[in-house]
Amino acid sequence: MNEAFSHPVAGQVPVLRLGDVLLVTLQGDLHDSMAHRLQQDISETIVRSGVTGVVIDISGVEMVDSFLGRVLAEIAAQSALLAARTVVAGMRPAVAITLVELGLTLPGLRTALTTEAALESLARPVAGPRSGGGRGESP
Amino acid sequence: MPQHETGGAPGTPAHEVRDFLRRRSEEIAQRWADEPLFRTVFTVSREEAVEAGRAVVDALARVADSQRVEDPDAAGFTAVREQLARMGAARSRAGLSTTQVASELAALRPPVDKLLVADLERERPESLRECSTALTVLMGTLRLVAMQTALSEIQALTDRQRLQLLEVATPVIKLWDGIVAVPLIGTLDSARSQVVMETLLNAVVDQHARFAILDITGVPTVDSLVAQHLMKTVAAVRLMGAECVVSGIRPAIAQTIVHLGLDLGTVRTRAGLADALAHCLDELGANIVAAAPGGADRK
Repeated sequence: MNEAFSHPVAGQVPVLRLGDVLLVTLQGDLHDSMAHRLQQDISETIVRSGVTGVVIDISGVEMVDSFLGRVLAEIAAQSALLAARTVVAGMRPAVAITLVELGLTLPGLRTALTTEAALESLARPVAGPRSGGGRGESP
Repeated sequence: MPQHETGGAPGTPAHEVRDFLRRRSEEIAQRWADEPLFRTVFTVSREEAVEAGRAVVDALARVADSQRVEDPDAAGFTAVREQLARMGAARSRAGLSTTQVASELAALRPPVDKLLVADLERERPESLRECSTALTVLMGTLRLVAMQTALSEIQALTDRQRLQLLEVATPVIKLWDGIVAVPLIGTLDSARSQVVMETLLNAVVDQHARFAILDITGVPTVDSLVAQHLMKTVAAVRLMGAECVVSGIRPAIAQTIVHLGLDLGTVRTRAGLADALAHCLDELGANIVAAAPGGADRK
């Protein structure tokens, strides 16, 4: 906490805007204050710039706990309220296993293997309730 | 045990037995060589059988010397443990059950007992009886040691095979660019499903797979536990950003799943591996069948 106050920039997760998409890259531990700040930043940016998608890259996260799982779910939920789709990209195998063992399967969350795939999936038209053959629909 | 109560005096039954064993070791070994256990294991020459018998008699004498006739962990047995294991293994290979091997071991006692009675004829009846009891206990312990050794061999074999099964049974196959499959064979328990999950997730990362197919054609039964393991794997694959298809659901298994009331609603399922592959290719936009644009049959 003290560190976060003395180095305010270090405690902040950058939120980058790429056209219609927000790109957030999580690295290392996510503290309470950082998570709170991040949620605030994302929702404010969505409202201000009217983006339609949020990509959260967690390929730099090696350890995961239920807190991070909840933060991801909350970001997705609040973005959905603001009409933006959230995609979590680059989850490591160990992280996926831990989340499943914790019982956090994050059902409402969209996922992608890499940031690139996430951007691609956001570029596609909304597939509605994802079922059947909604995914690879090429024009 | 009476031999403990009488202490370490030279006249204890255990020491009497020790002296007797040392005195008569040659004759005992000769008689044992005619018993089925020794005769069938050491087929090369009778000399070999006699030699092996002598080693066992020596070990018994050492155990009797240490006054621990009822203790299978007695130091004297360590020398013959390997030999006993080899003999037991040879008999098992010949098709004998563990019980039969045990009774063959039991058959080693009467000839020794006869010799003992003949030797101590002139002693008092009580001391003869005590010596005979000590000998019986000693032979019983020998049988226990042999069985113990055989069982631990079997245990080691089972452990080794279980490990091998874990390694062998979970290959991840790349079916297409971006499609990997795991053919599951045999019963899915927690340990195996953990290995499957890890190998599959690593393959998804390595191959940049967008689809993972879990084929359960080789899984004999699906109960709620197996279904739970499947759901976990599917959820983990989904978290990674790939999509999981479960295929190879036989009619009987489909019925079982419905009867058990298992909810696989969130899992995409297909009847066979071919159907699953077709579905994945379809979703990837890589149709094999020549068709008019957008004319591929969707389910």
